[in-house]
Amino acid sequence: MKRTVPLLIASATGFILIVAYFVPPIQAWSEQVSVWFNILAAVAFILGGANLLGNHLKHISDRARGWGYSVVLIVSFLATLVAGLGKIGVNPSADFPDFAWSGTYRQIGSPFWFFYEYAFTPLTATIFAILAFFIASAAFRAFRAKNIEAGLLLGTAFIVLLGRTFAGVALTSWIDPAVWSGFQYFTGLRIENLTVYIMAVFNTVGNRAIMIGIALGIVSTSLKILLGLDRSYLGKD
Amino acid sequence: MIAGMKRETLIWTIVMVLGAAGLLGRAFFSEQGMGREYVRAVPVANGQWTQYDGATYTDYLRAEQAQPGQTVVQLSLPRTVGLWLAAFFTLAVFSFLWGDNPFYRIAEHVFVGVSAAYWMVVAFWDVIVPNLIGKIWPGVVQAWALPGLAGPEAERNLVYVVPLVLGLMLLWRLMPAGGWIARWPLAVVVGTTAGLRLIGFLQGDFLAQIRNTILPLVVFTGGAFDFWGSVSNTIIVVGVLCCLTYFFFSFEHKGIVGGVAHVGIWMLMITFGAAFGYTVMGRIALLGARLEFLLDNWLWLIDPTGRRVVATMLFGLIG
Amino acid sequence: MGAFLVQEWWIVLMFLASLAPLLHRLATGGLVASLRTLDRRWIFLLMFWAVAFPIYYVGVTGKTLPEVPGLLAQSTFDEIERLAPGDPVLLAFDYEPSSAGELTPMATAFVRHAAEKRLRMYFVALWPLGAQMIDDVIERVLTPDFPQLQYGRDFVNLGYKSGQEAVIKVIVTNLRELYTTDVRGTAVQNIPMMEGIASVQQMKLIIDVSAGTPGTKEWVQYAVTPYPSLRIVAGVTGVSAPLYYPYIPRQLHGLLGAIKGAAEYEQLVLTRYGGENPNPKYTEGLRRMGPQLVAHLLIIGLIVVANILYFTDPSRARR
Repeated sequence: MKRTVPLLIASATGFILIVAYFVPPIQAWSEQVSVWFNILAAVAFILGGANLLGNHLKHISDRARGWGYSVVLIVSFLATLVAGLGKIGVNPSADFPDFAWSGTYRQIGSPFWFFYEYAFTPLTATIFAILAFFIASAAFRAFRAKNIEAGLLLGTAFIVLLGRTFAGVALTSWIDPAVWSGFQYFTGLRIENLTVYIMAVFNTVGNRAIMIGIALGIVSTSLKILLGLDRSYLGKD
Repeated sequence: MIAGMKRETLIWTIVMVLGAAGLLGRAFFSEQGMGREYVRAVPVANGQWTQYDGATYTDYLRAEQAQPGQTVVQLSLPRTVGLWLAAFFTLAVFSFLWGDNPFYRIAEHVFVGVSAAYWMVVAFWDVIVPNLIGKIWPGVVQAWALPGLAGPEAERNLVYVVPLVLGLMLLWRLMPAGGWIARWPLAVVVGTTAGLRLIGFLQGDFLAQIRNTILPLVVFTGGAFDFWGSVSNTIIVVGVLCCLTYFFFSFEHKGIVGGVAHVGIWMLMITFGAAFGYTVMGRIALLGARLEFLLDNWLWLIDPTGRRVVATMLFGLIG
Repeated sequence: MGAFLVQEWWIVLMFLASLAPLLHRLATGGLVASLRTLDRRWIFLLMFWAVAFPIYYVGVTGKTLPEVPGLLAQSTFDEIERLAPGDPVLLAFDYEPSSAGELTPMATAFVRHAAEKRLRMYFVALWPLGAQMIDDVIERVLTPDFPQLQYGRDFVNLGYKSGQEAVIKVIVTNLRELYTTDVRGTAVQNIPMMEGIASVQQMKLIIDVSAGTPGTKEWVQYAVTPYPSLRIVAGVTGVSAPLYYPYIPRQLHGLLGAIKGAAEYEQLVLTRYGGENPNPKYTEGLRRMGPQLVAHLLIIGLIVVANILYFTDPSRARR
């Protein structure tokens, strides 16, 4: 009951999805299973939020180090949650003015939108933006042309960095058949054209091989799960 | 050395204080100022409510010019506070570059709290209500949040009791005992993911990539021999084989196999170089957007989208 | 440039003052020795100026660099351009504010192009914040600039559904099983433009703005590969762009990579529909190429200096 049933459920759902590709009449079943999955994904968001709340409440009750920050987290969490679930400050939909809850929870100007616009957006955007600084620091500290391989990596990076800006055009615009007719055979060497070529040919080669490798890995792990050979997701008893 | 450090810090502090003082002075003593948000009041549903759309300083000045003392476009105090809060959060995250500090910590925790709650709210209103409750109790949802629900989509479908039960079982994880109960919905999630990915990757990434690599090595375009097309295709076919040799031959890479695998490594290095270049490009773009927010929306130092065009024009006339 | 520097003397002063301690140390402490022990915060500062200064310059002068669209941007443009008025297109907004700096210009240009072509636009989102991104682009482009387009007849926001690739898996054969209403709560049967639309397969084109997983890869794997009559173009972040090249041209019919891709596509749309004085909101990507140029040069400079230091390090030979 505790282990066998989940194994059977996992195999059944997985194989329904696979078989549906080959047996069109059970297409509807595979849609149904996918819809259940989608609903469970939504429940998982609720589970995640509740878990976060629980962890930080415990942090506070234990007076663990930095518990004050947990208070900040919980206050912002609850404020956003109440504003969103309660549709606070949201007008009813213009089509259904008699239904108080008919408005959209994202209404511009509502408290929930306020949290999105003035807290979520600047925070998430800036957290990703500061990576630009760390990548600059890493460029200074880590990239050394120690051997051919590292040299190839750096050389490609230089060409791409130049070729995807105006610098590439400015540096090699003299390779122009108008300057010398013989240049018509060498326009491919202009940095912006080299970049396009590297991306379309060499980059495609590397990523295609990686893609094939990853695909084989995923197919074999999926099969192991569906056949019940990999049971790690069940955890320990 | 320590004396040098102190002098650097001193110079830096002076620069920062002067810069901040200059900006604040500009905000409070210049005519244009900085960091204000305006809204336009729009009546909805025959004037039963007012909706406040975002407006620019330009809109405000135009409206004032047309009719002084109007109330349609007005300064929004809450949104102005919000804008300054957004600027504070932006600077608080940037302060991490100097070193870990309480401002960064506060910003980080606000972010986690707000985003977790945001996802919960979205999951509830966009999925749980229409796709679960609305399927089992359509009447309830119609009378409450989705009065517009109609047609075949508004018919009760009791199959959805299954995901309801599974969802409740998943939430059982929050209980102290009976952890195994959540394994059933988890099995649905794992089984579905495995089934979907098996076919998706096999078809889209494995078979299709092999198919995409079977290319003519001698290319003719419009009846004429295409030299560079042929070279490209040859590099792609040979290159992919070299990389795969490097990945999959588990015996020692020596002799011809070793050479082939080495070419594969070179191909991969070029790939990683390109990936590095693109990553740099992406990160810088994000930083650019953030700095533009600070300089444009908050400090009003630049105005690339013409949010305050009339302002400069008018003050040019007056001044 | 010279006149700009004179006019905006204060930012030049800030720039020099903030770097003065570094220059002082390089001058007194020995160039090589100081560089070897450089605090990374100086690199952060250089990066800040490399992006902030060009943003300020472009913001004040309005000058942008010329842009020559590449083949991929052209094929993306052509995929949309070849469609006829009234053709249904699916616009999947699979991103959130974290990558808006790169993707907003693409989303803006895509929606403008589709609106100019009078295509019927069906917006969906696989990311929780995607529905908000759709709201934003509607408010930014469609409401002010295309008032003749009517919600429900010419464009509809179907919003977000959870489940990542499983959402694609369902809507590619049965849209209404998941999308029973739009974001306004109107039943699909009462939305005029939903008539005759049963699944994604009816779409003439999928336009995906994608920041990662779920996104372009999933649309290719679960929609385009199993149903080859579907066509897709994508605007993606720099980090993920190189990963999608293997899908070109059979499984992916157009690709805009990072801010450069956005600028190229913007240029194409402007050339075709722009007019003499384009609204600045349609040139965001073009404006961002200035900071991009300077910051790329800085990164290259940093790597070159670091390598010179490495190869001239006397202790390296002993290692």
